[in-house]
Amino acid sequence: MMNHVNSTLRRIAPQLVILAGVLLLNFLVFPDFFRIEFQHGRLFGNLIDVLNRGAPTALLCIGMTLVIATRGIDLSVGAVMAIAGAVAAALVVDGHSWQVALLGALCAGALCGAWNGVLVAVLRIQPIVATLVLMVAGRGIAQLVTEGTILTFVNPGLVHLGSGTVVGIPTPILIWLGLGLIVTAVVRKTALGMLIEAIGINESSSRLAGINSRVLIISVYLISGFCAALAGVIVAADIKGADANNAGLWLELDAILAVVIGGNSLLGGRFSIIASLLGALIIQSVNSVILLSGMPPEFNLVIKALIIIAILVIQSPTVKHALYILRASADPLPPGSIKEAKESPQ
Amino acid sequence: MKFKAMLIAGAMSFVPMTAMAADLTIGFSQIGSESGWRAAETTVTKQEAEKRGINLKFADAQQKQENQIKAIRSFVAQGVDAILLAPVVATGWDNVLEEARDAEIPVILLDRTVDAPDDLYMTAVTSDLVHEGRVAGQWLVDETAGAKCDIVELQGTTGSSPAIDRKTGFEEAIAGHDNLTIVRSQTGDFTRSQGKVVMESFLKAVGGENICALYAHNDDMAVGAIQAIKEAGLKPGEDIKIVSIDSVPDIHLAMANGEANATIELTPNMAGPALDALEAYLADGTTPPKWIQTESKLYTLNDDNMAIYEMKKDLGY
Repeated sequence: MMNHVNSTLRRIAPQLVILAGVLLLNFLVFPDFFRIEFQHGRLFGNLIDVLNRGAPTALLCIGMTLVIATRGIDLSVGAVMAIAGAVAAALVVDGHSWQVALLGALCAGALCGAWNGVLVAVLRIQPIVATLVLMVAGRGIAQLVTEGTILTFVNPGLVHLGSGTVVGIPTPILIWLGLGLIVTAVVRKTALGMLIEAIGINESSSRLAGINSRVLIISVYLISGFCAALAGVIVAADIKGADANNAGLWLELDAILAVVIGGNSLLGGRFSIIASLLGALIIQSVNSVILLSGMPPEFNLVIKALIIIAILVIQSPTVKHALYILRASADPLPPGSIKEAKESPQ
Repeated sequence: MKFKAMLIAGAMSFVPMTAMAADLTIGFSQIGSESGWRAAETTVTKQEAEKRGINLKFADAQQKQENQIKAIRSFVAQGVDAILLAPVVATGWDNVLEEARDAEIPVILLDRTVDAPDDLYMTAVTSDLVHEGRVAGQWLVDETAGAKCDIVELQGTTGSSPAIDRKTGFEEAIAGHDNLTIVRSQTGDFTRSQGKVVMESFLKAVGGENICALYAHNDDMAVGAIQAIKEAGLKPGEDIKIVSIDSVPDIHLAMANGEANATIELTPNMAGPALDALEAYLADGTTPPKWIQTESKLYTLNDDNMAIYEMKKDLGY
């Protein structure tokens, strides 16, 4: 057990270090960053904002990690968010309860995911193309549901999912933490995770070994659609309205980035959902730096790009290897003499 | 009594004109349904045409210039009396506009202009984005009446012309009033959720009690920001004054509830002035000016916002 915890820690160590670094950056631009207060019945503070605002990306990257582990990719999640938000809003506006609306939205998301899965697993269309179909068409479907307007609603139950709190903690935080834990437990406490990794590493041989790859691939896309639907409901509930044009726009790219920052390979195989979730938090912390720094908005994308390039460079295999060599050559020396070790080759 | 007779006489004098207008066929090439405002513009254009007894041929370009060019060519081939064009981009119109000119069909641009010689179209009906920002700034100048006021600004999409112009206009209006300072300015991408997210960060970075007013480049961001202000335990409209631009139905609902203070209308009725100009031109050859500026009307809490909301909510916003 202890061994298992240790190996997980070792796996997510780079992400933890980067997250700490970005949070420190937040602290430097805004010294009150770590202050959390309890006011008006809810936790209030920048750190809470990062956890809360990171919810959509975090939810998306849970499903995305599994899809990428099978060597696939799901570009449609942003559009599925828009569809799910639209369905939920349309149902409550129609007079249904929030439970029905949530269920309807989740079913719509799962259906979208299953559609992607069938295109990839049964029709053998390349994932990037197969999911592109829904990425483009999905927003149109969402607009049909909302009839092109921002469909607003007041249903308190549904609104609670986006901007409410449970014992002072914003609901979206609990939702993504909960789903993340459940999915991690399911794939790691059963053989499921290993089977998914096997498909990503070599689908043919995994099939020969008796893995039903078709069903598993459809399942991971279905889970991705489900996660996207949940994210879509949260985003719609947050603003009390379904904005088919903008909900989840470009968020699929943030989700993929979170998975990559989480150290997962786009070529499939071994994956870590926890590392991806840390990746999502890193992205949100970067957004937070930009907002808190008070820099003119023209700099937003440049700052984000610079920080992310830095993160990816640190993680690149070549740099990792160089660091490893550096450490290995430093090893025989007594601790504290790393500096000399660096200079020794010259 | 006399007044009533005059009204009737006035109405009668319009009869021949309406009869003439009944024979008019006009083509309208719309960009597509990119936003609620545009849907409202389509609805209002159809209403205006119907009111005047004009036969309107509507073509939705689905955000593609080639579809608009195709639509204009087909309008020319059908021999319509005039063409209304809401251009999706500014460039690349010269050839097709020349074709319309050769067929002697007047073209009126709605809401956006094009980079083409101005003899290729009759007139352009647009709002003045800088002026809108100026009206917003002037409202805040009058409202604060010299009292110190720190402003936070939610900008539109970085680099878009509404964002640049509405910022410029606002800054022009508050220039020289030392009591007004913009303390934070960040983009909210014209959307409700970004408006909410960015306002949350303003409230923490500056402190809610230090913010006196919010200027949002569109109403949707203001609607999002209102929720953020409420969640921070402050009263939008009272603790933080809110002025934004567009006059969409939901901001009027917020104003009716006292949660926002002022909005400047970007009217969806671009077709009204356009058709007025066209009818005058067809009746006695009056050439309209090359640019017709629509009114940027200021709505405040003194207006009946609930009535405006009821009137606007079915326009398709």
